[in-house]
Amino acid sequence: MPENVEAARQIAAALAIAVGAIGPALAIGMLASKAMEAIGRNPQASGNILTNMILALAFAEAIAIYALVVALAIKFVA
Amino acid sequence: MPKTTAGKLGCVGLIVVMLGMCVGGLFMGGILNQEVNLPEISLAAEKIHLPFDLPLLGHELPNTLPATWLTMLILIVVAALGTRKMEIVPGGLQNLVEMVVETFYNFIEGVAGDKVRMFFPLIATFFFFILISNWLGLLPGFGSVGVYQMHKGHEVLVPFFRSANADLNTTIALALISVVATQYFGLRVQGLKYLSKFFTFKGATLYERPINAFVGILELFSEFTKIISFGFRLFGNIFAGEVLLIVMAFLAAFIASLPFMGLELFVGLVQALIFAMLSLVFFLMATVSHDEH
Repeated sequence: MPENVEAARQIAAALAIAVGAIGPALAIGMLASKAMEAIGRNPQASGNILTNMILALAFAEAIAIYALVVALAIKFVA
Repeated sequence: MPKTTAGKLGCVGLIVVMLGMCVGGLFMGGILNQEVNLPEISLAAEKIHLPFDLPLLGHELPNTLPATWLTMLILIVVAALGTRKMEIVPGGLQNLVEMVVETFYNFIEGVAGDKVRMFFPLIATFFFFILISNWLGLLPGFGSVGVYQMHKGHEVLVPFFRSANADLNTTIALALISVVATQYFGLRVQGLKYLSKFFTFKGATLYERPINAFVGILELFSEFTKIISFGFRLFGNIFAGEVLLIVMAFLAAFIASLPFMGLELFVGLVQALIFAMLSLVFFLMATVSHDEH
């Protein structure tokens, strides 16, 4: 039935990004907390630690972006 | 606060105009709920129907291409103007270009060490191209100035310009360049030993050998997933930013866009940096030999 498909699409788009952002959010939180700990232990290496943390952050965030792209594709592409 | 009366008047006038726009925006979009329709947001780049024929493209021009050309124009013009009549003590544009390039060069040298000369041209190209094209997409006119054309039966607004990286073609192309360059650098520095990363049957004991072979095949697949990852990360960030700006502008016309413009400036910079840094890290990993313990 056509109306149900439209409703399902809206719910699917919302769920895709909502559930898909949980994992990366946890991952980024853990990464940042460990990085802060490391900087606290060794303030001299903070530049090095920061660079590597940003790098790892990019990988974690990419997963959230995949979820966002799927949500946008469901919403805006037939 | 400026010193002259004219200056002070100008400042006050500017603040009044901005407040007026905020209030006007609230009335238009939010409180009075006038019928301003959200523009059609499409995942793919909208195609402009041209009255003439272009060599490879035919009658249709995807609207991210003019944005890419504009980025290229800016980069080439700045580079050309900044490097003619070079002086030992630089001034003006040459000074600015030197400052920017040198800062980035030192940053890359901190990560790459002595291989920086080999990697810097490509990494800097990635960074500046992606940065300029992201920031250009925030200018007024991108995504809003266009023509009304008939597409698939109904009339839609086709903007003339669209942020260059809001098109999956651009980002996948950049990702392909990055991954192919990784293989090239790996082969150039390590020779054919680089292929032993993927096709290996070595191992200390008999049981390790199939495991190492399987890991090699996984590494081969991960090269392909890197293309997808690079492409979608950049595309997702920039396209989502565009959608966010459009939706915010149609919620409360002037106020809601401002903090998100700031966010988009930041995201544009960070995504360019991440693309360049990740490419650099993969280049470095390809040129360091994988020795077994």
